[in-house]
Amino acid sequence: MLEVKGLHATVDGKEILKGLDLVVRAGEVHAIMGPNGSGKSTLSHVIAGREGYTASAGTVLFDGRDLLELEPEVRACEGIFLGFQYPVEIPGVSNLTLLKAALNARRKHRGLPEIEATDFLAWVRDRARLVKIDPKMLSRGVNEGFSGGEKKRNEILQMLILEPRLMILDETDSGLDIDALKIVADGINTLRSPERATILVTHYQRLLDYVRPDHVHVLAGGRIVRSGGPELALELEQKGYAWLEAA
Amino acid sequence: MATQPQDIQELMRRREYSAGFVTSIESDTIAPGLSEDVIRLISARKQEPEWLLEFRLKAYRRWLKMEQPKWAQVHYPPIDYQAISYYSQPKSHKDGPKSLDEVDPKLLETYKKLGIPLKEQEMLAGVAMDVVFDSVSVATTFKKKLGEAGVIFCPISEAVHEHPDLVRKYLGSVVPFGDNFYAALNSAVFTDGSFVFIPKGVRCPMELSTYFRINERNTGQFERTLIIAEEGAYVSYLEGCTAPQRDENQLHAAVVELVTLDDAQIKYSTVQNWYPGDEEGRGGIYNFVTKRGDCRGRRSKISWTQVETGSAITWKYPSCILRGDDSVGEFYSVALTHHRQQADTGTKMIHVGKNTRSTIVSKGISAGHGQQSYRGLVRVLESAENARNHTQCDSLLIGDRCGAHTFPYTEVRNPSARLEHEATTSKIAEDQLYYCRTRGIAEEEAVSMIVNGFCKDVFKELPMEFAVEAGKLLAVSLEGAVG
Ligand SMILES: Nc1ncnc2c1ncn2[C@@H]1O[C@H](COP(=O)(O)OP(=O)(O)O)[C@@H](O)[C@H]1O
Ligand SMILES: [Mg+2]
Repeated sequence: MLEVKGLHATVDGKEILKGLDLVVRAGEVHAIMGPNGSGKSTLSHVIAGREGYTASAGTVLFDGRDLLELEPEVRACEGIFLGFQYPVEIPGVSNLTLLKAALNARRKHRGLPEIEATDFLAWVRDRARLVKIDPKMLSRGVNEGFSGGEKKRNEILQMLILEPRLMILDETDSGLDIDALKIVADGINTLRSPERATILVTHYQRLLDYVRPDHVHVLAGGRIVRSGGPELALELEQKGYAWLEAA
Repeated sequence: MATQPQDIQELMRRREYSAGFVTSIESDTIAPGLSEDVIRLISARKQEPEWLLEFRLKAYRRWLKMEQPKWAQVHYPPIDYQAISYYSQPKSHKDGPKSLDEVDPKLLETYKKLGIPLKEQEMLAGVAMDVVFDSVSVATTFKKKLGEAGVIFCPISEAVHEHPDLVRKYLGSVVPFGDNFYAALNSAVFTDGSFVFIPKGVRCPMELSTYFRINERNTGQFERTLIIAEEGAYVSYLEGCTAPQRDENQLHAAVVELVTLDDAQIKYSTVQNWYPGDEEGRGGIYNFVTKRGDCRGRRSKISWTQVETGSAITWKYPSCILRGDDSVGEFYSVALTHHRQQADTGTKMIHVGKNTRSTIVSKGISAGHGQQSYRGLVRVLESAENARNHTQCDSLLIGDRCGAHTFPYTEVRNPSARLEHEATTSKIAEDQLYYCRTRGIAEEEAVSMIVNGFCKDVFKELPMEFAVEAGKLLAVSLEGAVG
């Protein structure tokens, strides 16, 4: 589904990714771990298409197509979703307005008519229940006045509503209490299917206790320095990253 | 490479003015220039009574002694008042159409292009419309239905003949002929506009609407609107404005007077989309307008709602004089400036009566090199026991070459007054647009969504049919704002 080959990427002229390779197939869950500043968020933004995050070499293919030449909104409509490490507040635009526009953009991309207002509300209510978000909160501005945990759950809610094929969750588990962590994990598992794939950027084993990854990678100094199975995450939890960086 | 302010500005620059076409129609235009003779000529063309000519001449003589106001935060070269033509009417209109069937088909076509069908059967149900083309009113619809309710809605030039006592009683009673430079000019040369009279106890059965269009080159438009709501009456009135795209500036100096007696209410809404000029600031309308409402009666209410997206320069402060005890004044405003547009707009709330209340909600959007000032005055006189005001004043900046300024003035002479003022300035941030895009929403739509969200407290005050229009107008104004 996603094929990253020899990717070099610069942010503000500074090279952050230095030859990164990653292959994610449909049905798989990949965990990406690694020290702060190693380029995990940079990779997420390059895939999502943030301007200013420029690939200077290498390729990124999605379903065999060159992803890097697509606008971010087209990538989203094609099924890529990024759960932000720091979700953005948009005061004045309600969560419902954003969600409806997002759903309809996707439908338009596929040549479908706009969703009926009643169907939309029913769908949103149904999904909000899964992440224990009071639908009333959705009339407020996007992430406006939401706590850290609420923002993260709201990212998962958006994901559940939009049903992407490739989910990239950038430290969605950071700063969550155990109940919220379970809710987030349930949300991810709800969408887990043979047609979909997930990339979890995380620092903690505890998320992986609930969402068992097929592959674990360590990103350090802009490259994948080690890959393995779920046991690699446990090893990292014990030993930290220093032994890998030294290697 | 990031969506820097320049990119957003690039988007904004490509906005197109869809009302910018010219209708080729033969016109009867008085040669440019202003003098007592010209005023006498206008008055004679309109076969006006002597008192009205006197009113005009007094205003003109006062105007000659006045100076263009300099305090507003707007800049433009001196206006040559002798280069403007003060009267223009479509030729085919000489004797005035008796019904819509007699209106020049070219005019009907013009309004159709603007999305304003004049044939009654095609019109929005429940909206009566008066249409002013350059200096004269060309059509008023649904006259009969309104007549049955006792409502008078007609061109003011017609009201001068048909209802002289009413016009004479109220004209200039809210905005005196020498009120300010532009109001004096308007009083001297005004040609047409709408007249509305809602008798005691009548709730106007439909929305009233006037559509203003400037077509001729080098003409000014000086319309005069007068709305009177007697005891317990209610009316909702909307005006819309467009002009062709031209390289030179054109002057528009209107006066609007509103009067409410006891328990009456007037809701006055404006969607102003005069030609704003091009990217470099060539052309566009100078919009110097005096709008004032007088809450003469107790428990009466006047609400101004305006969506100002057009004009090269906007100078406009719809105001309320809260004379009656327990009267209420409201001002809801959205103003958009980009390219080289300048707007200095706001309101005045003058609290005279006891327990008078006023609300001000101003939303300013600036993009490109647009410059915008909110200028508001809340004045509480000694007599105004228990006056209340709430002012909310928000600015949204798109890019970093535009500007927003606020000048809130207060003068309080009664210690029981309570005034609250809140102000915010925000920017459409790059990360907000990026966030929307990662959800599948294109940049242009995201900008429009954010701007509409910013304006929603004002849009909800517009009559339903027009709230949608206003949202669309903003979207069009922002069209091309994103690559
Ligand atoms: N907008 C930016 N401008 C300049 N440097 C940045 C920017 N964003 C991230 N960086 C730098 O890029 C490197 C990688 O950051 P990031 O991808 O956020 O790491 P991680 O998510 O793994 O903690 C860091 O050195 C960080 O300081
Ligand atoms: Mg990060």
